[in-house]
Parts: sequence; C-alpha cells; structure tokens
Amino acid sequence: MKLTGAQILLKCLEEEGVDVMFGFPGGAVIDIYDEIPKSSVEHILVRHEQGAIHAADGYARATGKVGVCLVTSGPGATNTVTGIATAYADSIPVVIFTGQVPRPLIGNDAFQEVDIVGITRPCTKHNYLVQDIEDLAGTIKQAFYLARSGRPGPVLVDLPKDVQNQITEFSYPDKVEMRSYKPTKKPHIGQIRKVVKLLKQAKKPLIYSGGGVITSGSHEELTWLGQKLSIPVTSTLMGLGAFPGDDELFLGMLGMHGTYAANMAVNNCDLLLAVGARFDDRVTGKIDTFAPNATIVHIDVDPTSIQKNVSVHVPLVADCKSALAALKKETKGTLDEYDWASDHGDWVKQVQEWSNTHPLTYKDDDKTIKPQYVVEKIYEITKGDAIIATEVGQNQMWAAQFYKYTKPNTLLTSGGLGTMGYGFPAAMGAQKAFPDKLVIDIAGDGSIQMCIQEMMTVVCNKLPVKIVILNNGYLGMVRQWQELFYEKNYCATCMDAQPDFVKLAEAYGAAGFRVTEKKDVESTLREAFAVDKPVIVDIRVEREENVYPMVPAGASLTEMLLV
Amino acid sequence: MSKHTLSVMVENEPGVLSRVAGLFSGRGFNIYSLNVGPTLEKGVSLMTIVAEGDDSIVEQIVKQLRKLVPTIKVKDLTELSSVEREMVLLKVNAEDSKRAEILRIVDIFRCKVVDVSPDEVTIEITGDQGKINALINLLTRFGIKEIARTGNVALRRSMQLDL
Repeated sequence: MKLTGAQILLKCLEEEGVDVMFGFPGGAVIDIYDEIPKSSVEHILVRHEQGAIHAADGYARATGKVGVCLVTSGPGATNTVTGIATAYADSIPVVIFTGQVPRPLIGNDAFQEVDIVGITRPCTKHNYLVQDIEDLAGTIKQAFYLARSGRPGPVLVDLPKDVQNQITEFSYPDKVEMRSYKPTKKPHIGQIRKVVKLLKQAKKPLIYSGGGVITSGSHEELTWLGQKLSIPVTSTLMGLGAFPGDDELFLGMLGMHGTYAANMAVNNCDLLLAVGARFDDRVTGKIDTFAPNATIVHIDVDPTSIQKNVSVHVPLVADCKSALAALKKETKGTLDEYDWASDHGDWVKQVQEWSNTHPLTYKDDDKTIKPQYVVEKIYEITKGDAIIATEVGQNQMWAAQFYKYTKPNTLLTSGGLGTMGYGFPAAMGAQKAFPDKLVIDIAGDGSIQMCIQEMMTVVCNKLPVKIVILNNGYLGMVRQWQELFYEKNYCATCMDAQPDFVKLAEAYGAAGFRVTEKKDVESTLREAFAVDKPVIVDIRVEREENVYPMVPAGASLTEMLLV
Repeated sequence: MSKHTLSVMVENEPGVLSRVAGLFSGRGFNIYSLNVGPTLEKGVSLMTIVAEGDDSIVEQIVKQLRKLVPTIKVKDLTELSSVEREMVLLKVNAEDSKRAEILRIVDIFRCKVVDVSPDEVTIEITGDQGKINALINLLTRFGIKEIARTGNVALRRSMQLDL
C-alpha cells in the first residue's frame, strides 16, 4: 500500500493504539491535519502548544499509556519545550511530533524554522529528525518503544514538510531491534537475596517509594511488601498513591514539606529500601545527614540514578515491578516461619507515635478559610475517588499533604521540574482519558493563569474539569520563602490584581463559583462537583498561610519548622 | 581529580557528537579532549574521551554515556592496560642559530619536520602524553608559535597486564 508520509504517520499511530492526540496546526503540519479526519485518531485542538504537551502528559500519567501531541515547526515546537522538560523530569512517556520546514530549507533560517532536535536534546529521552520517508515508520515504532520502555520519557520526532508529502510503500515493523538500547529489566537474584537478608537483620526498616513504583505499575507488590513484612512506608511527591495513603503504616511524604514522622523515620531507620526514587534534593535535605544510620538499598531501572546523590550500599538495577515481585517471591515463603510483624513491632510503634504526636495539622479558625481545610473537604467529598491534578507551589504541597491518595495514577503533579501551569491542561488530558471520573485541578491564583486559555478547550470538548483555586492573592510559596528567609521583602509576589475568575469561567462558557466564607466551602464544592461542565471555584483563602512542616533548603531533615 | 580515558562506541547517526558533548556541558562534567572517527564496522564510530573528575564523577559520566540511546559500549581504559596516542603539530621559531639544536631534539624524539621556512619549522609528533609534554617543555624556550593537538586516541591492549 503506497501512502504519503502524513498518511503513514496516522497509520503508525493507529498501529500503536493511539486513540487521541492533542495538538495545534500550522503550515508545517497542514498535510498531517489534512489526513486526521480520515483516521481513527481523535484530535483535541488546544489553545496553546504548552497545553497540548501537558495534556498528553496528564493523559499518560492517568492511563499509563503513551501520550501524544502534534505541533507545527518553529514557535509551535518551542512552545512545547517546558512541557517536554516537565515530562522528562518526571519520566513520563510522551511522543511529540513537530513539523519542520522542507529539507532543502533546513539550515537556511527559513520561515518558522528552528532546530527543535537541537533545542530538545537535553530534555528528551531521545529525538529524531526524519530525513528519509523510508525511515518514517521505523522511527515512529522506535519512538513509542523508547518512550514507554526502561525509564520512560518524552521522545520527539521532527517531520520535514516534504517528507510528509513523499510517497512510499507502507509497512509497520513488528518489533524494535536496537543493539545500542537494551534496558535492564530483571533484577540480579543474588542482589535480591542480599536485600532479603538485610530485611531480616533490620530492626528499623523503612521503604522510601518514588514515582518509579507508579510508572512500573508495581503498587500491588509494594503494598504487599509493606503490609506483610510490616515495614513503614514513606513516599516522594511523585510516589503518592503507590501505597495506600490511609494505611496505618503510611507515614506520608518525606523531605522539605514531609511529615515529622517520615523525616524522623528516615533519620532513625537502620535499613532504607529506596524503590523507584532518585534522592532529589527536596527529599534528602542536607545530604551528609540523610539517613545517617541506615544501610541503603536502591532499586531503580536507571543506573544513572544509583550513586548519583547518595552513597548506596546495595544497588539493584531493575524495573521496580520485577524487583518487587522478586522480593515478594523470596519473602513469601518466610511468612509462616518468620514473624515480621513482631520483629518490627517496636519500630512500627515508634513511627506511629511520631505520627500521633506530630500529625499534619494547621491552626484552623472560623474567621478565614484555611487552604488545608479546603483540601480536606475535597478529600471528604470525593472519598479519595478522584483524579487530582495540581499546579505548583503551596497549592501543590497542601494537595500532597491533606488529600489521601489510595490508588496509583490519581495524583498528577509536576514533581521534578515544578512547572506552574501544568495542572489544568494535565487534568484536561486525564479527563479525556476518563470522561466519567471526577478530575480536579487544585490550583493557585498565580499558576492557574499560566495556561488558563485551555478553558476554551475543555468547554469545546465537554471535558468537565473542576478547577479549585486556593486564592491567596500571592505567589504563595515564594512569598513564604520571602517571609521566612528574606525579612518579608514581598518583591513581585503579590498578585491581588487579578481577573474575576467567576466571570472568566462564564466568559468561556464554563461555570464559576466564589467562596469567601468558611461555612460555604463544603456546600459550594459539592455543588460545583455536581455540575456537568467545566467549573472554576474561586476560594479566597487566608492570605499568608504557610506550608508546614518545612525543612529549610540545605538543612537536615530533622531541622523542621513545625506549625 | 584525575584524568580518565573513555572509549565510547556509538551508532554513527546525525547529532551523536552533539549528544555526547551536550551531556558533558549540560551536567557540568569536565572534558579534556574528545576524538571521534569511524571504525571498521559501517555505521559505528569510536570516540576517545579524556575526562577529568573524581571517581564518583567518572562513574556518573560512564553511566550517563551508557544511557544515551546511540551508545553501544563504554569502556574506562584507565582501569585497563591500553595504548594511548596523540598527534601534535608544533610550529616553532627556528632562526639559523637555533635550527641545528631543534633538529637534534626532533631526532631524539623520533618526530618529523613537516614544514620549514627561513625562521620557523613545523614538527609532527605522535606519542603518549608524557612524550608530548616532554617535547613541548624542551621546545618552549625556542618559542612555540602555534600548536594543534588531536586529543588522545586509545585502544585496549590485547594482552592485559596487571596494573
């Protein structure tokens, strides 16, 4: 079957099982757009290319599948760079197709030409410029394989306009053979046995779980391990939902805004089992004093993550699911003869005491609306059965602290890059994947304005995303740092000049609610969540509320500022 | 901080040099020299990279190089018995009164004169770092006007010696 490059692209997407892509047209991809109506791939027209890439990312995080976006050359391509870096930082599988000027014009500073392969080289897992139509189908096959295998990540495919118009015989490869790319998946059994031995010797073990557990789909194995071997579990921001957030063994997040119990547990544990986490500086605090008494085991599919930030005693390069399944298999037989629960009993009692004496809390009152109270109400109303996206800043930390994530893929947040403007388009992508689910973007008044134009996209496509703005009229997290470490010099963080979010929602054809009294929070949220269209709920919260606990940057995890 | 010679076999695809060089600049790794050329196998190139850093940095460099999709193999030759060579061209001041001495040095070091003018000679030397540094030290007093270095190329020795 002879097809054009544009037709081949869409055939390949069908072969990969892509049902939806997010995009924005332009001259360099017009041939592809000409073919989209003839294909089974649905296209969602966004209002800015950053929305397209974040939506593809949110779709990927919520479904575990590869997200796809399509944009034009030059400015269309560069507008995706923030989203590509976001997906790269959090290891999210996304394939980005960019249009490129015709091959004879490449390098001649043609209209809307940019070297997007060069620009995105440091923030993609890999990228391609397709120079020959004979390579097109094979390149796309490789792009999807690379995006989803090993440590997942974004892969960009740049498509010159004349390649889109060339004609060739289409055949889609059955499999990918790349001798230079063979990620290690299975763990070394000797290392697994070493870990089991360490677990048996440990009196104070702690699991430190990261986003890799969710990406690899190993939450069941992790939950089994924690519960059956009676090991307390702490999590990174990206790992929330991998272990049930309402389990008594769960200590919550560790690190800069982690719980007292989690940070004390890290400081006192004698074995730290890190799974799919990369010892980010927001997690470790001062590296010299991190887990000072622990033997550290690190399971990660990416060898570069091991020994990068902390010295690891037992490295284990493997896909988290394979590694945790192997650990389960090796320890399952010990359950009858070995009493894990009583062996770790004193330790579990100790960490639970820390949880009880220093729970996540805030000083509530009836005069103002506390943002933590709003998040708690969202949890109560949804009973944890919602997909939560967040923007970045205080809203993100409160959403991480005061909502209990009991299932994986239910928190969509920019952990690694900290991208303001991520949450709303990511929620849009998740809502497209799960039209019947309640999808909520917990936002700040600053960050929601970064991709607010996607209101039109959600209205047009009947994607009933609920945006809850914790509106404090500040870029709250920066203001908090200014308050605590810069003598309250609130330079450029006051945002009390802002649009009327209710009218804005209505202008786009969505619904808008405003809450200024604490007594109205719950009822308004219930009403808003029941509306069958996109909604903005603008909640005026206490202006100078801070996120606590807080470990100042560069301090040890035990040096926490508490409420 | 010590120098490590890394032998990196890569798929010879567009942009691969940029990926490798970008890895060093983007992550703040120190690169001393980088040499690249084709191998006997079509589509495969060999890079010889001399990088500087302590053990943990070099471990990261090796792992990060292995992580690049076009990378086929990475070897740290510093841990192995290997042959390393660099070629250098030196243009040296050589008035009549100094020329004989310069030519004697050229002879002792078994290097070649590849160009001569009334007051300059251009010398080609191939060897390991020690030999090249020794020659440069000796010629500096005559006045080295220009220098061009290829950077190291290296191969693992067939017979591994105890290091």
